Amino acid sequence: MKRHLRPYGDTTGDGMVQLSFTLPVPHGPRADGAAQQLANRMGIDPALVVHSHPIGEDFTFFVVYGSVSHIIDMDAVTVVEREYPLLTPGEINTAVKKALRRKLVVVGACIGTDAHTVGIDAILNIKGFAGEKGLEYYRELRVINLGAQVTVPELVKRARAEKADAVLVSQVVTQRDAHILNTQEMSAAFREAMGERKPLLVAGGPRFDPLMAGELGVDRVFGRGTTPGEVASYLVHALTTRKDTVPA
Amino acid sequence: MPLLDLDPEVVATARALAAEAAAPVIDIARAHTTVAVERATLRLAGITGADTTHRAGDVPWVNRVVDTVREHCGLEHGVALPVFHALREHDLGSLTELAEATAAGQITYRLPEGRDATRAAKAARTAVARGLRTVDRNRAQRDRLVAKLGDPPRRPWIYLIVATGDIDEDVVQAANAARAGADIIAVIRSTGQSLLDYVPEGATHHGFAGTYATQENFRIMRAAMDEVSKEVGRYVRVTNYASGLCMPEIAVLAGLQRLDMMLNDSMYGILFRDINPIRTFVDQRFSRQVHARAGIIINTGEDNYLTTADAVDAAHTVTVSQLLNEHFAHEAGLPDELLGLGHAFEINPRVPDSFRMELAHALLARELFPDAPLKWMPPTKHMTGNVFDGYLLDGFFNLAGVLTGQSILLVGMMTEAVVTPFLSDRDLALANVRYVLEAAGNLREDFRPAPDGFIAKRAHQVLGEAVDLLARIVDEGLLEAIGKGTFGLMKRPADGGKGADGVIAKADGYTNPASELLEEGATA
Ligand code: B12
Repeated sequence: MKRHLRPYGDTTGDGMVQLSFTLPVPHGPRADGAAQQLANRMGIDPALVVHSHPIGEDFTFFVVYGSVSHIIDMDAVTVVEREYPLLTPGEINTAVKKALRRKLVVVGACIGTDAHTVGIDAILNIKGFAGEKGLEYYRELRVINLGAQVTVPELVKRARAEKADAVLVSQVVTQRDAHILNTQEMSAAFREAMGERKPLLVAGGPRFDPLMAGELGVDRVFGRGTTPGEVASYLVHALTTRKDTVPA
Repeated sequence: MPLLDLDPEVVATARALAAEAAAPVIDIARAHTTVAVERATLRLAGITGADTTHRAGDVPWVNRVVDTVREHCGLEHGVALPVFHALREHDLGSLTELAEATAAGQITYRLPEGRDATRAAKAARTAVARGLRTVDRNRAQRDRLVAKLGDPPRRPWIYLIVATGDIDEDVVQAANAARAGADIIAVIRSTGQSLLDYVPEGATHHGFAGTYATQENFRIMRAAMDEVSKEVGRYVRVTNYASGLCMPEIAVLAGLQRLDMMLNDSMYGILFRDINPIRTFVDQRFSRQVHARAGIIINTGEDNYLTTADAVDAAHTVTVSQLLNEHFAHEAGLPDELLGLGHAFEINPRVPDSFRMELAHALLARELFPDAPLKWMPPTKHMTGNVFDGYLLDGFFNLAGVLTGQSILLVGMMTEAVVTPFLSDRDLALANVRYVLEAAGNLREDFRPAPDGFIAKRAHQVLGEAVDLLARIVDEGLLEAIGKGTFGLMKRPADGGKGADGVIAKADGYTNPASELLEEGATA
């Protein structure tokens, strides 16, 4: 892989991209000009407004093609890279047994008023996701799935009662940053209620960026397309390396 | 002309089994009332507004009154008698004054007897009848407007959702959508409203992924669409959601503000909001009686099952639920032409022959319910961030809708998996629908699936599985079947869920003038 890259249209280095957007202006030459200016400011130069049409009286929709001047430096790209090995269910069971000498307790829920259960179920239910069985399938994991619309106090209470090693929270609805606010509320509640003895906190959902863990106050964030195996491998990795802080 | 050659005897068996499965639940629904049914009754009797001084925020007066009646003398006889007795006893002019006095702690509610009871019942009936006459007038007004402005020029009617959270913004988006060809505007509700045990008041601007259903929001949207209807020369219908803990009240508000369609499913709240099953069935029956009176088309929610269960494996559960929804609706007085039974294009597009199977399922629904305005729902579950794939899939969905003669087409969004739709997403989606509808034209005339072909066989198979499942449900009981996860794989036991404490067994002598007037079809 080269260190410096530009987008690829049909020739290396041509920098070609496409984008579409709407501006709150009536359709016409001035609108097209406005679109072109926006594209230029985004680094697309030359920018071709290849299509525009009115949406009602006050809006115009555009499709723009053009070459971006920006160059990507791959060395400056930061993502959360998986720092732990992907284990098979057998390996995970063995690791838990060895490290904890009891079952690892996982409490999962979709919190707030969010009623989307398919994502958390994909991770937790035996049926699983993408051909991988969910955490319930793992002999050495004890999984308590509280379902959706769970309030934070309820979750904290249950996690305590079950002596959870890890709490897995799902958030799907993101309008007005509901996912961020709910998750922050959750992590703050655990910190307040349990301090250092709080369980490992994991958040997941399709619009989360794994880089957000710090901002959310959780130990790890999983985004779209996560598979149960990744989550189980992470739990084992995290809990066996910070075993000392886990309630017995 | 029927294309699937369904065996009329099998179809009759399916309907008979659905009726049998529903019967015990209808008995339960008749034998109980709920706090929401009682509140809906008082709303028909004219109570409006909220207690703005309450420390818990705006508490609707109707909640204050019903809660207080419950505390003082229980709800097993209904709120009507205690409330209208108190009104006379304290010589108050209106229910709002009574509510204020209630909040001030000046009222002690009790169940009147003898002549007092007769008087209270009469006064309650008069008040509720006035509310129902408003509903009747709205229905007549809709008929007049449709006669004057006209229905959409073709089927399916094009149904579009707005969901900004702010009613004023919704109006802008709705007006644009109607001008671009939408026949029906649905304002989806804010996340979390389902679980509120009261209906918020006033115009609202801060919903999450939807806009609160309030009487004022209903009025604003209906008024705006009346204006747009004149402009576009056809009657633009307005839709909202009678679901959650306030299903009956929202049904009443819809009737009072001349909404035209309402989402109203017999099991959605149970399965997808974890609302107590008994609460839901009681609320559902009353709300459907109100819709029947208002001439409102209900939309049922079978499409949702296919987001949590697999659309091929669980195809027959959609059919079973449609038959149950049909029976519950008929029992509540809704005729076929008001039954927007739901179904959806949710098969994984990577499954071979997925489009043929979609056609089979869609045609089966069409032929099982020939007179119902079926609601055809777009792909959601298998939509991804690849919006280009999504646009293609929506095109096939539109085509299936035309080919199988669907009545109401909910416009699919290519950004379904990404955001609540942008203005441009709606515009592009409507262009997709327009293209397919115009390009396909009357293609339905030429669509003749082979009698023993894949489509016909698949439809017969699904119907057969539906009959088998209905027989099992009759054996074990509908509530038990729901408890076991029969629908959408959601397991909801009859004694679980939210709002169970709002269910009350009716006593002998339970009085509810709204139920009486609705069942008699009377106006006074
Ligand atoms: C199915 C569905 C529903 C079903 C949910 C049924 C159920 N019991 O879950 C029903 C019909 C009930 C529903 C309702 C609503 N929905 Co919805 N729904 C969807 C839909 C179509 C699919 C979601 C899904 O199941 N994906 C499949 C799963 C497997 O993927 P996933 O959730 O991303 O999960 C994966 C990862 O994210 C991750 N993950 C997720 N959670 C977690 C947790 C942990 C701990 C970990 C490690 C990983 C993890 O792992 C999973 C597997 O890879 C999406 C659109 C779409 N195609 O995405 C809209 C969508 C999510 N819904 C949406 C909305 C707005 C709603 C409503 C609020 C609408 C309304 N106003 O009424 C209501 C919700 C009401 C409420 N109280 O929440 C919006 C959200 C917009 C936003 N970004 O805010 C979407 C995107 C549709 C849209 N474009 O408008 N919905």
